[in-house]
Amino acid sequence: MEKYITSPIEKDCVKDLKAGDYVYITGIIYTARDAAHQRMYDTLQKKGVLPVDWRGQIIYYMGPSPAREGRPIGSAGPTTASRMDKYTPQLLDMGLGAMIGKGKRNQEVIEAIIRNHSVYFAAIGGAGALLSKCITNSEVVAYDDLGTEAIRKLTVENFPVIVVIDSEGNNLYETIVKEYCTSL
Amino acid sequence: MIRTIDVKEITKNIKEMCIKANYVLSSDMNAAMKSAEKKEKSPLGKQILGQLQENLKIAEEEMIPICQDTGMAVVFLEIGQDVHLQGGILEDAVNEGVRQGYVEGFLRKSVVKDPLIRKNTNDNTPAVIHTKIGKGNKVKIKVAPKGFGSENMSRVFMLKPAEGIEGVKKAILTTVKDAGPNACPPMVIGVGIGGTFEKCALMAKEALTREVGNHSEIPYVRELEEEMLMKINNLGIGPGGLGGTTTALAVNILTYPTHIAGLPVGINICCHVNRHVIREL
Repeated sequence: MEKYITSPIEKDCVKDLKAGDYVYITGIIYTARDAAHQRMYDTLQKKGVLPVDWRGQIIYYMGPSPAREGRPIGSAGPTTASRMDKYTPQLLDMGLGAMIGKGKRNQEVIEAIIRNHSVYFAAIGGAGALLSKCITNSEVVAYDDLGTEAIRKLTVENFPVIVVIDSEGNNLYETIVKEYCTSL
Repeated sequence: MIRTIDVKEITKNIKEMCIKANYVLSSDMNAAMKSAEKKEKSPLGKQILGQLQENLKIAEEEMIPICQDTGMAVVFLEIGQDVHLQGGILEDAVNEGVRQGYVEGFLRKSVVKDPLIRKNTNDNTPAVIHTKIGKGNKVKIKVAPKGFGSENMSRVFMLKPAEGIEGVKKAILTTVKDAGPNACPPMVIGVGIGGTFEKCALMAKEALTREVGNHSEIPYVRELEEEMLMKINNLGIGPGGLGGTTTALAVNILTYPTHIAGLPVGINICCHVNRHVIREL
């Protein structure tokens, strides 16, 4: 089913998102990938304060290519989410609304998604030029020294994603592959 | 006859090739995607294959890299033994080309100087360079920027000779299945069978630079390529890992003699952005 949502997201809206839904996101999302997650993890270990209040926000696992003059961003497709699995349950428990990436998540993340009524979206991997057209603004809000891995605040318009793991733990990667698998 | 080539020529070409590889996908890949779209049984899969072609069009027309992961630059050099290189050190010349290409071409800098300290080099150097000395007086350059979503899902298996061809098939299928949505399917699968631990991995990497649609000249290897492509596409992973009948666009296999005690198999997975530019100087 096609759905349109705004970000930051409300818990009520997450409940209606089901694995397999094609969703268009409009609003604010934040980028963070390996190095930013590691730094946030280190900050939390030292009881420090994170640079962003994650409650209701969406993290997009993405590190863009440099923007050409007059453009908000370069190529901007998703990176593999499982590399962030180590850090994700803690952020979800702190109220993180949803994540956009590509690829599988581990059991701890799936349980944290269910526990916190969150959702994991996939964007199309390797379609960075196409996806960049839905990003109208980008500004670095933390960890500027990390270059492409800095935390960026993005304004997006009808950014296309697919619900892979919904708030009940249904996992599209597992169910849909079975439909088309003709060998066992 | 000895031919002198200035390494500045190498730098200039590597720079151009890094940029071209990241903005324009070779026509064999584009054609394979088009034909896959026609055959794909999943409606969502079909839609994704269409979007990937649209992505290629936008990349080329608006000069936005095809994928934000513009890769670590892998450079294959085949240098004729009658070539005399002058004007500097070859390795430096290659890295200078990569530096210029990635900085001036608005490509992402994805290389860290040390694997554990992890500080970005900010110019995407160094490249991974593989040099071969052959006959003649030309230099053949292949530039293949490699993204790590798929690189991370690659494997080496040191099989027992007794496991034979069935063992090889199982290794390939297991690797692709484990890679699933992480490797940005539809994938291209490079396989190296034989040699030693490092030789099979290098062959797997080089196999990815063979044009999609071209097959091995060895009859049984060609059959294996065709059989594996069919079996991989029966796994159901599909475009984006979201289900379908297009999981891979090609399986390219290279073989090499090996030891009586071994059967090494390297499997290098590449995403649908299988970038490679080839030039001869």
